[in-house]
Amino acid sequence: MPATVEIAWLVVLLPLLGFAANGWLSFFRPNAKTAVSAIGVGVLLASFGVAIAVVTGLSGAAHDAPFIVELWSWMPVGDLQLDIAFQVDQLSALMLLVVTGVGSLIHIFSVGYMKTDEGYARYFAYLNLFVFFMLVLVLGSSFPVLFIGWEGVGLCSYLLIGFWYTDNANADAGKKAFIMNRIGDFGLMVAMFMIYRSTGSLDFGAVFDAAPTAFTVGGATVTLITLFLFLGCVGKSAQIPLYTWLPDAMAGPTPVSALIHAATMVTAGVYLVARSNVLFAMAPVSSAVVAGVGALTALFAATIALKQWDIKKVLAYSTVSQLGYMFMGVGLGAYASGVFHLMTHAFFKALLFLGSGSVIHAMHHAHHATHSKDDAQDMRNMGGLRGFMPWTAALMWIATLAIAGIPPLSGFFSKDGILAAAFARGHDAPIFMAMWVAGSAAALLTAFYMTRMMLYTFHGTNRTGVQERKHLHEAPWSMTGPLAVLAVLAIGGGLLNLPHIFPGAGWLEHWLEPVTAGSAAYWEAIHLEVGTEWALLGAATAVALAGIIAAVVLLKPAQLPRASEATEERGWQRVLRDKYYIDELYDALIVRPLVWLSRRVLWRSVDDGAIDGALVNGSAKLTKFLGWAGTQFQTGRVGTYILFFVVGALILIRAVMSQP
Amino acid sequence: MLAPSLGVSAILFSIGVAGVLLRRNVIIIFMCVELMLNAVNLTFIALAQQLGPEGQVVVFFVMAVAAAEVAVGLAIIIAIYRHKESVDLRDFNLLKG
Repeated sequence: MPATVEIAWLVVLLPLLGFAANGWLSFFRPNAKTAVSAIGVGVLLASFGVAIAVVTGLSGAAHDAPFIVELWSWMPVGDLQLDIAFQVDQLSALMLLVVTGVGSLIHIFSVGYMKTDEGYARYFAYLNLFVFFMLVLVLGSSFPVLFIGWEGVGLCSYLLIGFWYTDNANADAGKKAFIMNRIGDFGLMVAMFMIYRSTGSLDFGAVFDAAPTAFTVGGATVTLITLFLFLGCVGKSAQIPLYTWLPDAMAGPTPVSALIHAATMVTAGVYLVARSNVLFAMAPVSSAVVAGVGALTALFAATIALKQWDIKKVLAYSTVSQLGYMFMGVGLGAYASGVFHLMTHAFFKALLFLGSGSVIHAMHHAHHATHSKDDAQDMRNMGGLRGFMPWTAALMWIATLAIAGIPPLSGFFSKDGILAAAFARGHDAPIFMAMWVAGSAAALLTAFYMTRMMLYTFHGTNRTGVQERKHLHEAPWSMTGPLAVLAVLAIGGGLLNLPHIFPGAGWLEHWLEPVTAGSAAYWEAIHLEVGTEWALLGAATAVALAGIIAAVVLLKPAQLPRASEATEERGWQRVLRDKYYIDELYDALIVRPLVWLSRRVLWRSVDDGAIDGALVNGSAKLTKFLGWAGTQFQTGRVGTYILFFVVGALILIRAVMSQP
Repeated sequence: MLAPSLGVSAILFSIGVAGVLLRRNVIIIFMCVELMLNAVNLTFIALAQQLGPEGQVVVFFVMAVAAAEVAVGLAIIIAIYRHKESVDLRDFNLLKG
């Protein structure tokens, strides 16, 4: 093992040290903001540096087998030998760079964004802790180690969504995210138990090596395991039906939305499917379910994003939709394409979220100066911001074109890779062709709603109000700087995995081959004719352009009323604005019956009646009765005692005499 | 001679038990206790005629212990009488639980 790979543990340790230091500062020196920034950003940059060294060491190594960095033995129980160990291979290397790289940029942005917040040290402590757990998740060499990270990022997500916990709605959003993730975690745990039962191990290497002999292709066991694994992914990556927590998670600070709820944590599900590609490839039904749920989510969330007014809600539904694309990719066996979209999405969506953070920062500042009570995140209160924040506007336009799929930006190539895979698979199975149609329709909607967001935010007339307008300003360089870096990545990221018709194509696919090699035998190779490939690229471009042009033609940002003067939407617009009433549906179908069951049956009947009444108070009453009965023999009268004595003596004599 | 002796002692013992159970006056009860002791003594004597002199030895023990018991018992009764001004057993209920 190269020495540079052996220090992979340092990548993980640095953010943990940052958490410890910032956690200490948050209690004892909450106002030492310079120290907090230096530690918080410093450990991330250092971690990124080490990550680059690790990846360099890996790419220089001659053989393809993953490097296992063993730290210590965790649970040596009988046949189960669990180690705390990190696995450095091509997939985890990629995730390592994305998490620490994008994470560093978001940390730098946070310095400016959170500057005036009281919980500054606490914020950076949580953020560092999150990066630590995320790195454990992507580096873990077994399912349980991954699970530590999986749960840890969930915890940090909860802490950061409810960061401004004094507002009840934020705390509720945190709880919602945590509880919905629990449902997914249950699936992941069941999958782990089943994997151990079938293969006798939980280490990635051992499980995937044993899989071809332990399972039959398309068998019930492997299908169940992968479906339970996917349940975990559905919770963590906000897919139908467990997606409703992600839009609510926007209650957290905006850089958190960029880091956790766009770039890294929510993509953990995609990572898990790509990591377990051998298992999923052996279960075609599960793979089809993954792709189908992904396609459905991509289209469904995109329609909701059409009518959202909160700038972060648009981006939240966009994230849900783009995660759907990723699952479509990995479900179709195009693991490299799914992971590729994960990476490019991390670039442009982090850019969009941070850009919206700049906008919200400026709006808050303006509203704060004039004591305005308007919603600082409602696009109807923005408009024409291009003139006030030209850098943010220009950089966000780049990300918008990237996510919409305009060539040659990164989103174009990554989305096209997934859609091309669906089209190629659709040749044999019409269901995949339907997914291609759904994905293309979602692409059209994506281009439309992103352009809508940009038009309403940055173009048209300014609707902030005359007083507020004086206070609008461009964000400081510490905030626009990371945006610029992300914009470069959003433009150039596509070069990493070009379609096969270009020279130097499929670099990422080739890079990931050692990881996906085990599943290659179960999938038919995705092959498209050169002409078809060109046609698909052309169609994707046309769809993206159509969405953008439609938005520019149909929407009139100049005539948009402010939020306070807006008329109520009607018909389907209202259904979309209210997100198909899915939250209300869940509330009526699950939450209310559950609360009723808990309150009426479990609390009043079972707890109060059976446990408290019958068991606790009942046993006390029985003891009391027995005591009372005992006292009745103690009359205090000597005569009674003597009577008992005589009767007892007679019984004894009788018993003795009846002995043979 | 054995059967009539045992019969007399059984009758005496039963009278003693009945007296202890039914009478209220502590002095009478005390005398009934003595009656039971002496009924048992009579049994020992009667059986000693056939089984050897050990029974007679036990009778002396019983008499000695009974004498001591009478001394203690009468002392307690006098003490209670001074306290309660009564020898009725129904007034003696300090042991009530």
